[in-house]
Amino acid sequence: MNSLIEINDLDLFYGDFHALKHVNLEIPEKAITAFIGPSGCGKSTLLRTFNRMNDMIAGTRIEGKVEIAGTDIYSKEVDVETLRKRVGMVFQQPNPFPKSIYDNVAYGPRLHGISDRKKLDEIVETSLRSAALWNEVKDHLKRSAYSISGGQQQRLCIARALAVEPDILLMDEATSALDPISTLKIEELAQELKDRYTIVMVTHNMHQAARVSQQTVFFLNGEVVEYSETEQLFSNPTDQRTEDYISGRFG
Amino acid sequence: MAQSLERQKAKPHIAEEWVGKVYTLLCIAFLITTIVSIVYFVASKGLSTFFVNHVSLTNLVTGLKWSPDGQPPVFGALPFIFGSFSTSILAAVIAAPLSFCAAVFMIEIAPKFGRRYLQPVIELLAGIPSVVYGFVGLSVIVPFFRDVFPGQGVGIAAGALVLSVMILPTITTIATDALAALPKGLKEGSYALGSTRWQTIYRIVLPTTLPALMTGIVLGIARAFGEALAVQMVIGNAPHIPHSLFESASTLTSAITLSMGNTAMGSVANNALWSLALILMFMTFVFVFIVRWLEGRKKL
Repeated sequence: MNSLIEINDLDLFYGDFHALKHVNLEIPEKAITAFIGPSGCGKSTLLRTFNRMNDMIAGTRIEGKVEIAGTDIYSKEVDVETLRKRVGMVFQQPNPFPKSIYDNVAYGPRLHGISDRKKLDEIVETSLRSAALWNEVKDHLKRSAYSISGGQQQRLCIARALAVEPDILLMDEATSALDPISTLKIEELAQELKDRYTIVMVTHNMHQAARVSQQTVFFLNGEVVEYSETEQLFSNPTDQRTEDYISGRFG
Repeated sequence: MAQSLERQKAKPHIAEEWVGKVYTLLCIAFLITTIVSIVYFVASKGLSTFFVNHVSLTNLVTGLKWSPDGQPPVFGALPFIFGSFSTSILAAVIAAPLSFCAAVFMIEIAPKFGRRYLQPVIELLAGIPSVVYGFVGLSVIVPFFRDVFPGQGVGIAAGALVLSVMILPTITTIATDALAALPKGLKEGSYALGSTRWQTIYRIVLPTTLPALMTGIVLGIARAFGEALAVQMVIGNAPHIPHSLFESASTLTSAITLSMGNTAMGSVANNALWSLALILMFMTFVFVFIVRWLEGRKKL
């Protein structure tokens, strides 16, 4: 498998806090990679370097390289807005905009200059279909995004992210605020999407990582402890700390 | 045994509850009585112009001539009503964009510096006594307008400008709080789709906080509407509708403060002033209702 994201000797500091330590990783294309580890281990921080969301936190400093499709995304020539268009993100809490369902999905395309009504209609429909939400909302696209359930809102956020046609979809504990049925739906959706998108998900839930992902990375205290095929990592971990974590001895 | 223990413990709590209830009830009863009496007093005085002195309401509200000493006396308050509305709305038109931009700068552009230094400075403006504003307006703005525009320099423009500075803190504070209360997730969601900071501000931040921003504007207008002293010092106090913004004019408040010492209690001229006060009070209620309605429309 080709790797789409390559991380070379990455260090990240929040002020004096050394949040990521000498991270080296290759994330394969068109597959699901899961980041697991206890709270504060740096998994979300690493995820947020891929679309440079850490830029907005004052005092963040980065050393090393993050390359997406061969481009160092922290180099000066890279335009952050273009990068974020290619690297979509879904957050822990569903965060639809206080607009209609339609306008939520059309928000990204409109930002990037699409105003043709027909084209927008098409994008909205395709994106909602891809997010497995179309059948539930097609008759009330004009309704507020706050009128649908939390699980539907999260799928709406996925549709919103897909509408700008990204290559990579980052999911930052995207199911942790949802009920089990909505969680299952999102997991199924991720399975379908992985044929077209490179998905990186941060999860608190080891079973989710085991169910959904092809690769799993285990983080501890800002370091990558172990990185391998999901089956391998859960059935036959090489590092003692990984085994302790997945067997529930801490975390 | 257990039962008697419970009873012993329960007794002092009953007393506490009772004292607390009665005390808070007395406070609210005092407040309500005060408000109701003020409203009753102003209304009875203000309405007696119509019922005792038989001045017609239409004449008062639409009449252009205010001459309480004339033969017969004429009470047309439209110039005052016009002056009050035009100065306070113009003040809001000047202050609102400034306040919004200041709030956006303090929250979105330079949050640390803004919240720590700029906000206290702007709130300081609210503490300056209105007579100081009026004095500054009279010494700086009026002469400036006199030099630049035709006329005496006093008038609606000077009044509105002074008022706009006075209501800046009101609108800025409410706008700042509204922007700060915006859930972080909304902005992150917008940035994550590749929007720039300005796109996020005008597509997400401003539309979402609009009801709160409107609340700030209405409260600013209400404050400007009720302000008497500073306006009176710079508006000129001529009882007619001016032809330009730089011509002497009057507001409801300035008319009341100027004439109240010169009328005898119970006279028709005095009652007419109470009618002006009643209009002021009524308008304040309207503003409060608008604010309530806007609060109910908040999207988040």
